[in-house]
Amino acid sequence: MKIDTKKRLLREMLFARRFEERCYEAYVERNIGGFLHLYPGEEACAHGVLEAADADRDYVITSYRDHIHAIKWGADPRKVMAELYAKETGVSKGRGGSMHIFDVRNRFMGGYALVGGPFPLAAGIAKGIQMRGGDEISICFLGDAANNQGTFHESLNMAKLWNLPVLYVCENNHYGIGTRIDRSTAVVDQYKRVSGYDIPSHQEDGQDVELVYKAAMKAIRHVRSGKGPYFLELMTYRYRGHSMSDSNAYRAKAEERMWSKRDPVIMLRDRLIDEGNMTADDFKDMDTEILDYIENEVIAFAEQSPEPHISEVERYVLAENDPWVRGGGAP
Amino acid sequence: MTEIMFWEAVRRAHDEELAHDKMVIVMGEDVGVVGGTYKATLGLYDKYGQERIIDTPISENGYTGLGIGASFLGVRPIIEIMSVNFAWLAMDQLFNTAAKVRYMSGGQLEAPIVVRSPGGIAHQLGSQHSARMEKVFMGIAGLRVVTPSNPRQAYGMLKSAVRCNDPVFINEHELMYNMKGEVPEEEYFHPLEGSEVARQGRDVTLFGYNISVHWCLEAAELLSKNHGVEAEVIDLFTLSPLDREGIRNSVTKTHRAVIVEEAEPAVGVGAEVMAILNEECFFELDTAPVRVSALNVPIPYNHAMEKTALPDANDVVEAVRRMFGV
Repeated sequence: MKIDTKKRLLREMLFARRFEERCYEAYVERNIGGFLHLYPGEEACAHGVLEAADADRDYVITSYRDHIHAIKWGADPRKVMAELYAKETGVSKGRGGSMHIFDVRNRFMGGYALVGGPFPLAAGIAKGIQMRGGDEISICFLGDAANNQGTFHESLNMAKLWNLPVLYVCENNHYGIGTRIDRSTAVVDQYKRVSGYDIPSHQEDGQDVELVYKAAMKAIRHVRSGKGPYFLELMTYRYRGHSMSDSNAYRAKAEERMWSKRDPVIMLRDRLIDEGNMTADDFKDMDTEILDYIENEVIAFAEQSPEPHISEVERYVLAENDPWVRGGGAP
Repeated sequence: MTEIMFWEAVRRAHDEELAHDKMVIVMGEDVGVVGGTYKATLGLYDKYGQERIIDTPISENGYTGLGIGASFLGVRPIIEIMSVNFAWLAMDQLFNTAAKVRYMSGGQLEAPIVVRSPGGIAHQLGSQHSARMEKVFMGIAGLRVVTPSNPRQAYGMLKSAVRCNDPVFINEHELMYNMKGEVPEEEYFHPLEGSEVARQGRDVTLFGYNISVHWCLEAAELLSKNHGVEAEVIDLFTLSPLDREGIRNSVTKTHRAVIVEEAEPAVGVGAEVMAILNEECFFELDTAPVRVSALNVPIPYNHAMEKTALPDANDVVEAVRRMFGV
C-alpha cells in the first residue's frame, strides 16, 4: 500500500474515531436522541473494505451501526451529524436518525435496524445490477450475530443460486448485543458457516487495515469478475457497548485490555512512525486538525441547522401525486 | 369487452407489463416452470426466461427482501406469495423495509414492489392454510392494499400497481381464480384508491370487498325479492386507504350500514368502516351499523364447522332483516 494511501486511511480512521466519540458526548448532552450504536474499535473494517471498492459505482448497505460506512462512502459528515441532531439538513432529513443514515446519491443504500434485514436487500441490489448488465457490486456489512437470522441463510442460498454480485462482509465483534458469540452460536468461525452454500469465504484480522484491504481486493475481484458472491469475515472488537443504553458489564476487563492493544488507529499510526513516514507530532497535529474540524464545522453545522417543518410530518409516507393511483397514468 | 376468468386476467396483466418494461420481473414459488399455483404466470417462463420469471426457494422473507432491494435500483418486481398464510414470514421485509424506507430515508429511496397473494378461505385447507391477513396489511402506514372482486379489477389493478411507485399488496382469493367476468379488450388501468357501487339501492348499504362483495350482491337480490328491501352494495376494492368519501356518500343516501367480511371481527375492515361512519356521518345513521364477520376461531378442517365459522349471503340477509324487523 502506498504511503500516501496509508496516511489518508489513518486520517480517515482517526476522523471516524473522533466523530463517534463526539457523538457520544452529544448523546450525553442530549443533542442526539434514540438509540446510538458507535463504531470505535472497528474502523479498519469499513475503511479497509471500502478502500478496495469503487466509490464511483459500487453499492453499500449496512445495519444500524452505520455512520462511518456512510461517511467513508461519500456522505458529508456534517449532514450525518445533522441527521443525528434530527435536523432538516440531515442526510435523511431528520426522519431517519442514527440507525437510518441514507445517502442514495452516493449509493449508500441505508442503515437498517432489524438485525439481518439487509442480507436480502443486498442480494436484491445485486439482482438489479445484474439486470442492468453493469459490473458494479453490492457490498453488505453486518455483524456476526446477524448470521443467526434466517435471512442470512435465505440470502446466501439465493445469492449463490443466481450468481449475484454481492460481497457479504461480516464484522465479527464477538458479541450479539450482550451475548458472547460462543454462547449464541454453535460454530463461532463465521466463514465456515457459508461453506454449506458453496460460497468462497475468508477470515481476516479486522484490526489491521492493510490486511483488510488486501483481503477485500481479492474478494471484490472475485465478485466483480462475475463469479458470484463472496463472504469476508473480519475479526474485530467494539470498544463501547452495543448501544448507548448498554452498560457493557458483560465483558471481562482483561479481554478489553487485550483488544485495546490491537487498536486499528494506533497500529497504523505506530507503523507509519516506525517506517519513518510520520512523527508523533505529525499525528498530534492531525488529531488537533480533526478535532477542530469536528467542532467548528460538523457540530456547528448540526447545531445551526433548522429542524424539519412539523407541517411536513406526513410527507414521504407514499409517493406524491403518483398518476397510477388514479389508474390514469396514460395521457 | 370479453369474458375471461380471473386467473386469465391476472396472467394478461403480467404479460402486458412484462412486455412493456424490461425491468418488470416476477418472483415466487412455482411461478416459472409450473406457471403459478393458480396459473397467474402460465407460459410466461417460456416467453420471458428464467432471469425475469424467477422460481424462488421457499424463503418468503428472503425473496421479498430481495425484491425490495432490486426495486431500489429500478427493478419492478411482482412477487407472488403462494398463500397469504406464508406472507406472515415476509412481514419483516414488507413492514420494516418496504413500508418505511421512503419515510426513514427522507424520500431518497422507494420500494415499488407488488405483492400478490390469495388471502381468503378455500375448502378444508385447515387452520394454517386459511388465514385472512388484510386487516394486518391495511394497518401499516406506507403500504397500499387493494383487493379485486372481479377479473376486470384484478387485471387493471395489477397493471396500475406495477407502475405505481409505492409498495402495493394485492389480496386475491383462492376460490375466485376461476370466476368469469368482463375485461376490456383494450389496455385498462384500475385505480388503486376508491370504491365502486356494485349495486344501486336506497334502503341499506352493504359494504363488501373481494369475495364478500358477491355475498352482498346475492343477499341484495334475496332482500329485494323476499323482503322488499333495496340494498346498495359498495365494493371496497381499496382497503388502504379506505374510501371515506364513498362510504359517507352511500350511507348519507341509505342511512343504514352492514359491513361484510370473511375475517374474524376484531381490528378488521368492519371495525374500521364503523369508525369511519362515526367520524364522517354519524348523524346520517338511522340505526347502529352491523358487522357480519367470521367467528373468532382458527378455521377448522371439518366441512360443516368450516362453513359455520364463515359468513355467507344468508347471514347478510338475516342481519338486514334484524335491522329492519322484517
